[in-house]
Amino acid sequence: MMEEDFKDDLEEKSEDKFSITTENLSVYFNEKPAIKDINLKVRNKSVTAIIGPSGCGKSTYLRSLNMMHELTPSATVYGSIKINNIDIEEFGVINLRKKVGMVFQKPNPFPTLSIYENVTSGLIYTGNYKKSRLDDIVEKCLTASGLWKEVKDRLKVSAMTLSGGQQQRLCIARTIAVNPDIILMDEPTSALDPISTTNIEELVYNLKKEYTIIIVTHNMQQAARVSDHTAFFYLGRLVEYSKTRTIFTNPKEKLTEEYVTGKFG
Amino acid sequence: MLDIIYEMFINSYPSRSQFGLSFIFSQDWDPVKDKFGALAFIYGTIVSSIIALIISLPVSLGVAIFLSEMAGKFLKTTIGFLVEILAAIPSIIFGFWGLFVLVPFMRNTVQPFLQSTLGFIPIFSGTNIGTGMLTAGIILAIMITPIISAISRDVIKAIPNSQREAAYALGATRWEAIRMALLNAKSGILGATVLGFGRAVGETMAVTMVIGNRAQISAGLFDPAYSMASVIANEFAEASKTIHVSALIEVGLLLFVVTFIINSLARLLIYTATKKYDTR
Repeated sequence: MMEEDFKDDLEEKSEDKFSITTENLSVYFNEKPAIKDINLKVRNKSVTAIIGPSGCGKSTYLRSLNMMHELTPSATVYGSIKINNIDIEEFGVINLRKKVGMVFQKPNPFPTLSIYENVTSGLIYTGNYKKSRLDDIVEKCLTASGLWKEVKDRLKVSAMTLSGGQQQRLCIARTIAVNPDIILMDEPTSALDPISTTNIEELVYNLKKEYTIIIVTHNMQQAARVSDHTAFFYLGRLVEYSKTRTIFTNPKEKLTEEYVTGKFG
Repeated sequence: MLDIIYEMFINSYPSRSQFGLSFIFSQDWDPVKDKFGALAFIYGTIVSSIIALIISLPVSLGVAIFLSEMAGKFLKTTIGFLVEILAAIPSIIFGFWGLFVLVPFMRNTVQPFLQSTLGFIPIFSGTNIGTGMLTAGIILAIMITPIISAISRDVIKAIPNSQREAAYALGATRWEAIRMALLNAKSGILGATVLGFGRAVGETMAVTMVIGNRAQISAGLFDPAYSMASVIANEFAEASKTIHVSALIEVGLLLFVVTFIINSLARLLIYTATKKYDTR
């Protein structure tokens, strides 16, 4: 069993198992490179963690996948990003973001909207919904994010009445309401307490049945707990990418070993 | 501040005791016959300020959105600077400009045009002399636009970037993301509007020069009118009888009460708008 797992490591040739492929991806801010020549293939319906010390470019990489860098005038992106073998330029930025949802570091529900409206907000942007189905969608998404039992009696209340962890799960519900294929998570638990963190981690584990998840984290234990594959970034380069177990128990690169054992970081 | 209220209260005593509540509800203002009623001034002040608000609000919002969400660095600083300069021009200069540029323009171009096209609506009737309620409203609009747009811009800017990113990440277009930001800034923008309204209500010089200065209530916006601040400025130096002076002071007291209420409302709204993000 062990042997087979190791063999599986990145040796596969069949392309359809990968939902995101980046080739020679580089992002520059004001002519200074933040990430350089990242070649990474992310597997379909699995959790991929990106780890590395602060400033190594892990968030920069994540944000290039849903073209968030378009909002930063000083950023330029080179290289190719393909989702299900289609270049993201072909989707157009709006459609891409409907396919690739994002959960942010700090919970950011819309404060003026109710819990219910927060979940439906993305659907209203896409314009692709039937009014009669909204109630079902809200219930389904809040159930999927493990929030339904806690909020079902106060859906019309402002989202700001929720705790930080609940707000983050609301943001996840809002993201999956749009029905994306891929969910990007940018350190989703770094602003949360340990119990909320556990909740989110369990949620991530459950969500991978239906979604491809990429999670950026500076917490190595978290990467070890939730992810199937792990990529280690250092100084804007991809150092090593492998099965999570391999990265944490038997890394090929010395740098990876030093980082996961806590020699620097 | 309390002393100001106290003095105004004491000094308006003769007028208050003689006219009572009818001071507010009568529009008779005749210093020669010692008859004083302030309704025409209250009407003039409020209507000219409302006209100013109707004209200024869409423009200010447009400027604020452009400056906070769209403009590049160069336009942002240039236009931002111009807006701030506009806010610093003394009101008498606006009055001069109004009298020598706006009034002839209204008389020769705007008013004949409005009368020939929309003249069947009562508000676009009246004597066509250039000065009047509408002209005063326009001058006030120009004066309060920088205030409303500068504060609204700051309120919109204060919305954390994470809110915009959240909207964009859900597939919002640029306009939808801006609308989401505006929704968040709602009470702050409302506060800015009320602050601008308060400024319009208290404005004296520019209004005095273009409003026409006649104590009457007329449906036509082209007709001359009068405002609370203007009547004080115009008549106070010449008022010799105690009852006249005291009536003017009572007008001042009313004006003070109105602006005080408006300003408190604005502070409250801005406070609730900024508080929302402090907890996060």
